[in-house]
Amino acid sequence: MLDNIKIVYHQGKQYIPNPTKVEVPGIFRGRPVISLEKVNEKELTDLCPTKAILNNPIRIDLGKCTFCGECSKQFPEKITFTKDYKLASNVLENLIIKEGEDKPVEVNPDIVRKEIHKVFGWSLKLRQISAGGDNSCEMELNAANNVQFDMSRYGIDFVASPRHADGIVITGPITQNMAKAVQICYDATPEPKIIVLVGTDAISGGMFADSPAIDRSFLEKYSVDLYIPGNPAHPLSIINGLLDLTRKLK
Amino acid sequence: MNYISIKNNQTILLSDIPESNYEAFYDMNLDLVSGHIERHCVNYFGYKVGNNVKLISCIADDITHEIMISTCLVHKAHDLESLSAKLLCFEKFEREIHENFGINYIDHPWLKPVRYAFNREDKSQIMDNYPFFAIDSEELHEVGVGPIHAGIIEPGHFRFICNGEQILHLEIQLGYQHRGIEQLFIEKKNLLQRATLAEDITGDTVVGHGTTFAHVWESLCGFEATKDIEFSRTMALELERIAVHVGDLSGACTDIAYQLGSSVFGRLRTPIINFLQEWGGNRLAKGLIRPGQNQFPFTPALAVRLKQILDIFEPEFIEMADKLFHLSSALSRFERTGVVTNADAVNIGAVGMAARMTGLNRDVRVSHSYALYSELNHNPILKRHGDVYSRIQLRKEEVEQSLNYIRKLIAEVPAQVSEIKNFNPPQPSSFCISLVEGWRGEICHCGLTDKKGELMMYKIKDPSFHNWLALALSVRNNEISDFPICNKSFNLSYSGHDL
Repeated sequence: MLDNIKIVYHQGKQYIPNPTKVEVPGIFRGRPVISLEKVNEKELTDLCPTKAILNNPIRIDLGKCTFCGECSKQFPEKITFTKDYKLASNVLENLIIKEGEDKPVEVNPDIVRKEIHKVFGWSLKLRQISAGGDNSCEMELNAANNVQFDMSRYGIDFVASPRHADGIVITGPITQNMAKAVQICYDATPEPKIIVLVGTDAISGGMFADSPAIDRSFLEKYSVDLYIPGNPAHPLSIINGLLDLTRKLK
Repeated sequence: MNYISIKNNQTILLSDIPESNYEAFYDMNLDLVSGHIERHCVNYFGYKVGNNVKLISCIADDITHEIMISTCLVHKAHDLESLSAKLLCFEKFEREIHENFGINYIDHPWLKPVRYAFNREDKSQIMDNYPFFAIDSEELHEVGVGPIHAGIIEPGHFRFICNGEQILHLEIQLGYQHRGIEQLFIEKKNLLQRATLAEDITGDTVVGHGTTFAHVWESLCGFEATKDIEFSRTMALELERIAVHVGDLSGACTDIAYQLGSSVFGRLRTPIINFLQEWGGNRLAKGLIRPGQNQFPFTPALAVRLKQILDIFEPEFIEMADKLFHLSSALSRFERTGVVTNADAVNIGAVGMAARMTGLNRDVRVSHSYALYSELNHNPILKRHGDVYSRIQLRKEEVEQSLNYIRKLIAEVPAQVSEIKNFNPPQPSSFCISLVEGWRGEICHCGLTDKKGELMMYKIKDPSFHNWLALALSVRNNEISDFPICNKSFNLSYSGHDL
């Protein structure tokens, strides 16, 4: 009994008091900023392993970016990765960072469905589906609910059954072999429901975008409510993204 | 002797591998492994040559530190005798060859699909018609779980045959995570793309697979890694081991409903992965390991920072571990649960932790040493009972061992070699094999180049490929309610298996 109290005492306060404002330690590759510096554009765009860098003008598509940081290493005067972990949006175009711009990535509140704020504003239960995910985003989703990030303080939890869920969270590029299970899980979730894509692989297919073993037809059928970029997405990106979607009032 | 003995990370010409007919190849590989506890099959795969299939077998010897490579050419119309009928450690490799090329084995014990690869020979085999074992009895019932599980984990299907609460048999169907990653290694021509793919094989072993790919590539290109590069890799491998082992201890506590252990171990993983982020900008070390370069040099300032972190981490970890290992209610769930015998581990060719928990000494860090492990004088930790308790103990002790290695490493941080050597292109018509001990166990990658020096075959083997069968065996005669703790104590990879 005394040992238990000692252990609890030694933990101190582990929770992050405010996950919307806390700064991450050390270096972190979050939202990139692109300067107006002139560089060899072809070299820069060819460098990217997922062709996430577009030209005329230079832009980075966070939905495709693997956050490897190679572009910023080769062209430090052109591209820098800031420690801003707020990367999520409900609009794919908002994930595209343009040169000369330094503004946060945000959810556009005007197109968030009304029932999302009304029904999920205080409590959101999600069912996670890994569909070819490499277990990195899955580990970060788990971490979002550990005692430090403690996402459940906002009433956001992961549940064991789609029947209990308000939406599904997909990680991975959606393999052919998982396509049917994704559909069954979505169908089993009661209305109203949301779809959230976490990680580069889920948003664009990432490195697997042109693999013959994936089947992304599910995403053509339904509209996605939130995209959370990252490789894997940081727990703070996940928490802030979900809060931004469900709590922002018009 | 129709094989060639090579060392870990050695490149040889494809023409140097002696070729024999299938009968001789079969007899020789059988002879090499049977009765030799120190040898096991690390990789066995095929690739198409015209209408034929070329098979390459790689048998590692842990005592002589050599890997014996042999090859043979077979036609898919010819039925073959299976090695699995005599030695179960070839079981999955032969199923994979059957699935990919349609080669029929006449006496394979269960020639079932492995992962339903997109380029499989028989497209009529689909996820929905997997041929599960069935027992016809009014006393028994079946329980199907998955592919989607209750927690946030990867997909796989488990089919139990139970007598009441007791599991008689478990069969595991995988393949849901198949992304065609081996094929992408060939199609993506750029080195950065391939290094990124290697990190995506399984996101919980980013450093392990990243390092193995780097070794293959550097060896094919004749590049010799400098001391600072080897230092960074050794450091990252051990940090990854600590982070995942601590996370697994948390998972084990969750599965026996021990809330304190679950929370404390869960949060102790954070300082380690946050350090990986302070070092390389990503919590799971993506982007840290690159072939031929030290992407993020380990500076003396980082060493000071890491020491601070470990000085706080270590006593807190030991305090919690001591509590857990003296808690009778926890021990009674761990002890004698999910046992795999030493004989079974040898038989199925288990590797890594799944081997060491039964007293089988398999650890690539000693047997086929690389990076700085020979300087660290690594001595593998062994357990004897093969139960959940052995696997949990192994994790705790390996964390302590890795902490020691890291303290040794940071005492002497090598200076960064600033000059970056240019890569030569990979040697043409060559073969390279690389083994790395990831936190789960032995990772093996083989790279083969064609006449122009282009990659023509890239074969990946995650330790889970061997060890899934160990999990299936471990749960026999256990209560079905103990399955989660058995599963967590192995913590095998789905994406690493499905590729």
